[in-house]
Amino acid sequence: MTQPLIEIRSAPHVQGPKSVETIMRHVVYSLLPICAFYVFQYGISALASILVVTAACLFAERYFVRTGTQAGRLSDYSAVITGLLLALTLPPGFPLWMGAVAGLVAIALGKALFGGIGFNVFNPALVGRAFVQAAFPTAIATYTPSFLAGRFTEFIPSSLAWPLMIPADAAIWLKAKNLDALAGATPLAKWKFDGVLANAGDLLTSLSGNMAVGPAPVLILVCGAYLALRRFMDWRIPLAIIGSAALTAWLLYAFDGVRYPNPFFMLFSGGLILGAVYMATDMATSPVTPKGMWVYGALIGLLTVVIRYYSGLPEGVMYAILIANAASPLIERITQPVPFGRGVLDRAKKRATYPLNPGYISREEASAVTPKKRFLPKKPKK
Amino acid sequence: MKLVSYFRGEAFQRGVHPPSCKLTAERKIRRLPFPPKVTVPLSQHIGKAPRPIVRVGQEVLRGQPIARSDEWLSVPHHAPLSGVVEFIGLRPGMRGTWVESIVIRAHPGATQEDLWGRPRDLSQASGQDILQAIWDTGMVGLGGAAFPTHAKLSVPKQAKVHTLVVNGCECEPYLTCDHRVMVEHAHDLIHGIRYAMRATGAVRAIIGVEDNKPDAVAVLRQAIAWAGAGGAFPEGTIHVEAVPTKYPQGAERMLIMALFGTEMPAGGLPIALGMVVSNVGTLAALGALLPAGRGLTERVVTITGPGVARPGDYRVILGTPLKFVLDYAGVPAVDALDARQVILGGPMMGQAIGSLDVPITKGVSGVLVFRHEDMQEREARQTYPCIKCGECVESCPMGLNPSTLGMLAAKREYDQMGERYFLGDCFECGCCTYVCPSNIPLVQQFRVAKQILREKAAA
Repeated sequence: MTQPLIEIRSAPHVQGPKSVETIMRHVVYSLLPICAFYVFQYGISALASILVVTAACLFAERYFVRTGTQAGRLSDYSAVITGLLLALTLPPGFPLWMGAVAGLVAIALGKALFGGIGFNVFNPALVGRAFVQAAFPTAIATYTPSFLAGRFTEFIPSSLAWPLMIPADAAIWLKAKNLDALAGATPLAKWKFDGVLANAGDLLTSLSGNMAVGPAPVLILVCGAYLALRRFMDWRIPLAIIGSAALTAWLLYAFDGVRYPNPFFMLFSGGLILGAVYMATDMATSPVTPKGMWVYGALIGLLTVVIRYYSGLPEGVMYAILIANAASPLIERITQPVPFGRGVLDRAKKRATYPLNPGYISREEASAVTPKKRFLPKKPKK
Repeated sequence: MKLVSYFRGEAFQRGVHPPSCKLTAERKIRRLPFPPKVTVPLSQHIGKAPRPIVRVGQEVLRGQPIARSDEWLSVPHHAPLSGVVEFIGLRPGMRGTWVESIVIRAHPGATQEDLWGRPRDLSQASGQDILQAIWDTGMVGLGGAAFPTHAKLSVPKQAKVHTLVVNGCECEPYLTCDHRVMVEHAHDLIHGIRYAMRATGAVRAIIGVEDNKPDAVAVLRQAIAWAGAGGAFPEGTIHVEAVPTKYPQGAERMLIMALFGTEMPAGGLPIALGMVVSNVGTLAALGALLPAGRGLTERVVTITGPGVARPGDYRVILGTPLKFVLDYAGVPAVDALDARQVILGGPMMGQAIGSLDVPITKGVSGVLVFRHEDMQEREARQTYPCIKCGECVESCPMGLNPSTLGMLAAKREYDQMGERYFLGDCFECGCCTYVCPSNIPLVQQFRVAKQILREKAAA
């Protein structure tokens, strides 16, 4: 007699719609408009940088997955995210071979070293960027102005530097274009070293003038809002970062309005918005507990402002996020959620339909009065 | 998402919204034919199994007690068929082990009427008498946990009960048996509620129904008005409340949260708040059985799933083998070897079984059949390491941290799971595993961990 073949499996027998691939794929989708804007700003140099860095990340990912060093698979899109984000944080005229180094290091030291997807302690893209910041300090500080004429036909000369060679000097190239060297400085560097403050509204859209800035913060916020509404990203972390950075900057500004810039300049300059929306929200490196997310975000916002104001560097988002990444297991440990029924017990929710104790029997009775405060019954005396 | 649940007006925090798939909500309850042979396992409920009081070869009448015990946490069983006891011994059980059972072969040509019960008048009975009568029916919670009803309804001396909460949520996808019982047997349900209120001394009863069953709410309101007008009970003591649909609303803690806005203390019972919670199916069955003085011999079971040709809610004789049930409901799969998975209960918490000889027991609320093609999407899912997305933390109705618990389970740090992360509060609703994008079998890991902790505590 043949028995029908049925299988045993552990409950639940149905599965929700979200998978790692869907989450990562949607993050990539939301990054595409930002990348397009970046290419629109800087032309083919930016495009080449994005492609080379992403390719380097994918190459490293493939190697480490193949050799079994790290978990996950190439098709989970996580390496694509790392590549795109890393390219967006590098200057557009960053030599391509250095970009490739950054991509390889990001995956190798940032991800494979810890065991692959989910195990990394630090955001891989930022590990890559921190590495090249230490290795190539001049190249990474060399920005070029956006919206230059002929940007779609001509590479920024430093992009095409040969490996291990000194890249062409951007200042000479800019002079040939009738722009002074200061045009190539980021708004943050201008503020830090020259005391020139850019208009916050211009920074928000990145469109006016030839500013040396990344993609428009407003576009990043819109793309982030899409992710948050589809619940592919947690809304608490960006909100906490922006809130805490704004609060710290505003307090200092109120304390001394001459020495410190206004808080809007702080928020929309540099990589703060990109970091808040895309870098700090990296799932593996941020806390899982809702309370911990607030603490983590607040820490990043505070550190960013402190580093920008009091250190030798104009930009502080990267180090703030890396420090908070390191702190996130600790934050998680002290912000464990309180399980149901273990918290303060005498708070009754306002929307409760029935009082706990039947002081009255029917809500329909005309004389019924809902008691204002609700109490737990007293413990029976033994 | 606290914010979202606030605007949606959801009743308790977190939880999930799986697709409801209630294929059989519009279909009337039908009777499944009597099988030629039934298998009655002795242990169908929480607590000690009763001993058989019949012997092989003895003739039994439908409704006659065939097993009983003097233990407090144990109920008798009644013969579901008039026939001959063929065998007493080990038969396949739903958990995969073989369990002590009584097999009864039906008399060919027997009418299968209830011949045993004698009607009794409970209008003047005291609470104790009603509890005794409930014990006599062999009633256990029909919602799935199968806890003996008389034990649930009996109030300890030092406690006082003022509210009977009637659980008509049926939050599991696919299942509709409680829904149909509420619609078709509203009067039995109200009788049952009256008996339970008298047994516990409760002064009010609140029926919580999820708002995806508006017809049940309407029917119940009408039935209450009708019975109240007849003077069966003081007006306004039985309420029907529609609670927002969300899984796992049917858990008693969640339902109490939805109705009263208070958290039940961890590790406590509803009785600490002066409440007793019971399922609608249980009370409706009580309302029918108590006055007739009969025993529990059948129950309503939802037979559904993509693999069933004639899905519906069927009144099934306890002990009917699944093979018979599925043949009748039209599972071509049974012969074509196509049924992939047969689940007793709902898809979130149900038990997948490994043999079609397993019988329907008192705690089985549904039979779910999935075919090969229904499983393919799920099987194509890759399993990843935990990416710490926090979805599980956002969905755990008990407010635990399944992400960290899962990682501790992988490292076998079971003691830490129990002490620091409150593993004992988990009631295995399956929300965390349902939402996990990495496809990690969290609930299974927690079951293993709990079992190991229990064994450690016992040792």
